[in-house]
Amino acid sequence: MEIATQSIEGGFADPVFNAQAVFRAVMDAMAQPGSVRPLPAFARPPAPLSATSGAVALALCDNDTPLWLDPALQISAAVKSWLGFHTGAPLANTPADAHFALIAAPAEMMALDGFSQGTQDYPDRSTTLILQVNNLTSGTPLLLEGPGIEKSATIAPAQMPRHFVEQWKQNNQRFPRGVDIVLAAAGSIACLPRTTRIKTMEA
Amino acid sequence: MTAQPTDIAAYNFAYLDEQTKRMIRRAILKGIAIPGYQVPFASREMPMPYGWGTGGVQVTASIIGPDDVLKVIDQGADDTTNAVSIRAFFKKVANVAVTTETAKATIIQTRHRIPEHPLSVGQVLVYQVPIPEPLRFLEPRETETRKMHALEEYGLMHVKLYEDIARHGRIATTYAYPVKVEGRYVMDPSPTPKFDNPKMHRSPALQLFGAGREKRIYALPPFTEVVSLDFEDHPFEVQTFDQPCALCAAENVYLDEVILDDHGGHMFVCSDTDHCEKRREEGHRGHLAPETPLALEKTEPAQ
Repeated sequence: MEIATQSIEGGFADPVFNAQAVFRAVMDAMAQPGSVRPLPAFARPPAPLSATSGAVALALCDNDTPLWLDPALQISAAVKSWLGFHTGAPLANTPADAHFALIAAPAEMMALDGFSQGTQDYPDRSTTLILQVNNLTSGTPLLLEGPGIEKSATIAPAQMPRHFVEQWKQNNQRFPRGVDIVLAAAGSIACLPRTTRIKTMEA
Repeated sequence: MTAQPTDIAAYNFAYLDEQTKRMIRRAILKGIAIPGYQVPFASREMPMPYGWGTGGVQVTASIIGPDDVLKVIDQGADDTTNAVSIRAFFKKVANVAVTTETAKATIIQTRHRIPEHPLSVGQVLVYQVPIPEPLRFLEPRETETRKMHALEEYGLMHVKLYEDIARHGRIATTYAYPVKVEGRYVMDPSPTPKFDNPKMHRSPALQLFGAGREKRIYALPPFTEVVSLDFEDHPFEVQTFDQPCALCAAENVYLDEVILDDHGGHMFVCSDTDHCEKRREEGHRGHLAPETPLALEKTEPAQ
């Protein structure tokens, strides 16, 4: 298919209510870290952008939010023009300029501290990372604690970034600065806001 | 449009345009990720004046969907002007189901009370906030209060509470009583009576705060530590009432004083009307309740 056609098709069929449904799933997942929220495939972006992360991008991004794409997405002209057509979001020059980062290959991604961490005065000026993971059940289990979690929660996202537990501990230590993560699997999402602590699992 | 039994144009669902909703939604997500931190947002003009809950209305409009059930309370009551007009507003612009029952609502927009009925996981409580900055009356400069939050410098607030003790022998703040969230940010719980502060602590519901005029959104995720500031020798205490509700005989609830005549007659009744009505339906009767159990006037959601 031509890039022009690919970039126009595959947006929300029902922009207002689809965006609301995606946002509510993200909001509930962010409010209860580690909980897995179902998310129907509202969007059909060109590969390698997944339907779930594409839908999150459509729901949250617009011309106010510079986007950063990881190298796997960056090389795809179809993905760039699809995001450009549907969201109008400019591409960020560096990860530190991005409000949102779309990561198709989390296992190969750069360090979390390369993204915008916000400032001590304005910790909200940080990058929100949208990680495309294969699923939320077959990876190394992470035992989670923190606000939004009654006692503890467990999630096992596959293909997480290298040294993720160590990197996340450092992210916690930067609080209130730090990045937040949306884990986009096929048909479901989960979130790790910067307040969530990962307890080391006993072997 | 999918199964929308309405002729309201979808682009205008819940009044706000889509770009505004995205902006507010992003602010809400940041607020949830940094509990107690006030996220600046580009507050819009709403078809009601500042002070009538424009912040709460914008938050509700950004999260509400066709499946939600909305309850709106003003000082605990479902049937006062502010509550009725906001409920009517959302019925009109979003065509959502409305209720007065706390347990049935998915979104509860509130002005200055937390319902007596315990909230549950999945419910969202949206507060209307006039002054989001707890330090504002102590330090008028935004540049300074921002620095104080950044450096976690909250000594001034303790000095204020201490001066209360020096002057009155106790902490005299009774509403908008400052809280500390997850041991980090000092937050204004909005002008709720301090009676409601303990309900914020580890509440199963998501709590969102919107301040329209001051252009701030902040949030408390469920199960978040919310501690009212106090001193070891002057621990935090909530208001107590020496008599139960005059209509439903409820104890340990927040009561409003109602003046009955110009000879000093007065009664104390539940501030939470839904809670009071439920109790009277169950047969609880206070000392001023009508002799014969009248058919209770149901506060029908406004059209």
